[in-house]
Amino acid sequence: MRSLLPILTVVTVLVALWYVAAIGMNSKWANDQATRAGVELSTSDLVADTWSQDRPRLPAPHQVAAELWKTTGAMVLQGKAMSKRSLIFHGWITLSATMLGFIIGTSAGILLAVGIVHSRAMDMSVMPWAIASQTIPILAIAPMIIVVLNSIGMQGLIPKAMISAYLSFFPVVVGMVKGLRSPTSDQLDLLRTYSTNINATFWKLRLPSSMPYLFTSLKIGMAASLVGAIVGELPTGAIRGLGARMLTGSYYGQTIQIWSALFAAAILAAVMVGAIGMIERATLKRMGMGGWVWFSLP
Amino acid sequence: MGLVFLAIGVWAFGYWLNHKLANGSMRDTRAVKLAVPAIFGITIIVMWELLVRGLEVPSVILPPPSAIAVKFAQSLDILWVDFVQTFVKGALSGYIIGCGSAFIVAILIDRSPFLQQGLLPVGNFIAALPIVGTAPILVMWFGFDWQSKAAVVVAMVFFPMLVNTVQGLAATDQMQRDQIDTWSASYWQALIKLRLPAAMPAVFNGLKIATTLALIGAIVAEFFGSPIKGMGFRISTEVGKLGLDMVWAEITVAALAGSAFYGTVAMIEKGMTFWHPSQRK
Repeated sequence: MRSLLPILTVVTVLVALWYVAAIGMNSKWANDQATRAGVELSTSDLVADTWSQDRPRLPAPHQVAAELWKTTGAMVLQGKAMSKRSLIFHGWITLSATMLGFIIGTSAGILLAVGIVHSRAMDMSVMPWAIASQTIPILAIAPMIIVVLNSIGMQGLIPKAMISAYLSFFPVVVGMVKGLRSPTSDQLDLLRTYSTNINATFWKLRLPSSMPYLFTSLKIGMAASLVGAIVGELPTGAIRGLGARMLTGSYYGQTIQIWSALFAAAILAAVMVGAIGMIERATLKRMGMGGWVWFSLP
Repeated sequence: MGLVFLAIGVWAFGYWLNHKLANGSMRDTRAVKLAVPAIFGITIIVMWELLVRGLEVPSVILPPPSAIAVKFAQSLDILWVDFVQTFVKGALSGYIIGCGSAFIVAILIDRSPFLQQGLLPVGNFIAALPIVGTAPILVMWFGFDWQSKAAVVVAMVFFPMLVNTVQGLAATDQMQRDQIDTWSASYWQALIKLRLPAAMPAVFNGLKIATTLALIGAIVAEFFGSPIKGMGFRISTEVGKLGLDMVWAEITVAALAGSAFYGTVAMIEKGMTFWHPSQRK
């Protein structure tokens, strides 16, 4: 925790910079309004105005925070947590697609990795493609998946989950192959002297030693899944979900709405990746590998 | 139906061939290592073609590869215009600005351990966030043309690059730093002769991660508004018109551009970090 002070300092500086930038970016509008009304703005009036416009070019942090509270906490207090104006509702839509896709993508990825480690033919055929696919902007196919699945009658959750699954699939394959291969030749030789079969080698040696790699790729996969679900919400006319909030916000110039959706997405990503990190810490600690992953932020 | 059985036959043959090659006596030669994934790729494409034709899948769902190839060849001029707009103007300029500024900032904060301790966790944290979400905001600020795409790319590549460079600059060990101190090297001499070269593997790691991010950022930003050219623009409008062969042609361009971009950076890395254990045979 000795790095708490530096972190807080950096965050404070960033927020301060944000306020200054808000003055700079919104002052033109404020000055135009003042000229039209025929009044002269004093510096303090100008600053106050740039931090409280309805549709600022850059909303000030407290405006975003207020909007976030208005669309989450305040709505819960009114008992309307799942209303269509609530970010909890939109966040849940995005989160459910993300989670479904993440589970499909990571399970498929782990299965393929197991196949690759045990079959030379599969390794040599698939692995170069799995690695090459990480250099390709896969996200570009998101609109196509949505529209094609829509034309065969699939809507809502499944198409978005497919994109999420696709995005989290390859990082998990590559990470897990590395992990399942991480036992040293000494360890594998030892098991051979016990004449252990492939099955037991997998469960007793390969799988346990792949755990650190698994959690690292789960974190990458989770972040990728969330991005996939958000982008997957763009092309369908943008009705529900955090991506939809961003798109409607950009259509109608509702900057505060875009920023609050962006922060909701960021908070979601941080919570999910943080949760995986906590499971990682607990698991590795139980397995006696805990020491060195302490304080590995996402 | 005949074509479907043919597809299954092609799969079985491809599997048999790869199984033979991968477990045969030649399996560690360079030729086999290239041939096996190539056979796999060709098998997939042939099966795709046969299955789409055999099952009569409508081309608005999945066009056959041959149709995509024909469309690709027919619309080279459009694809080139889109490539220039998205890759050269949007992705590449953003990549250079973002990575360049991250590199300079990393060198600046490297002098202050306090800033490092603060910025590294924050940077790591931001690097895991869905930064593509800033696209609508940046499109609003910088207009529809390539400047806004470059800005999204800058936002996406900055923090991964920063974190990697800072970690790279810390890659020297005490012994090496003591050695350079005994030669009474100045800060700048130590930086240029010892720490920057030692940082190169990590720097290139950041540069390689950033290549993919740059292309994704440039394409996705175009979904939020763009002039009437660009890969993301073409994909979203052609999807609306159900011109899926054109969409696949654009995706092919994106895949080729992404791999070529990554490959170029990897080749430069090979030339500059030939001394590092990961590059030795």
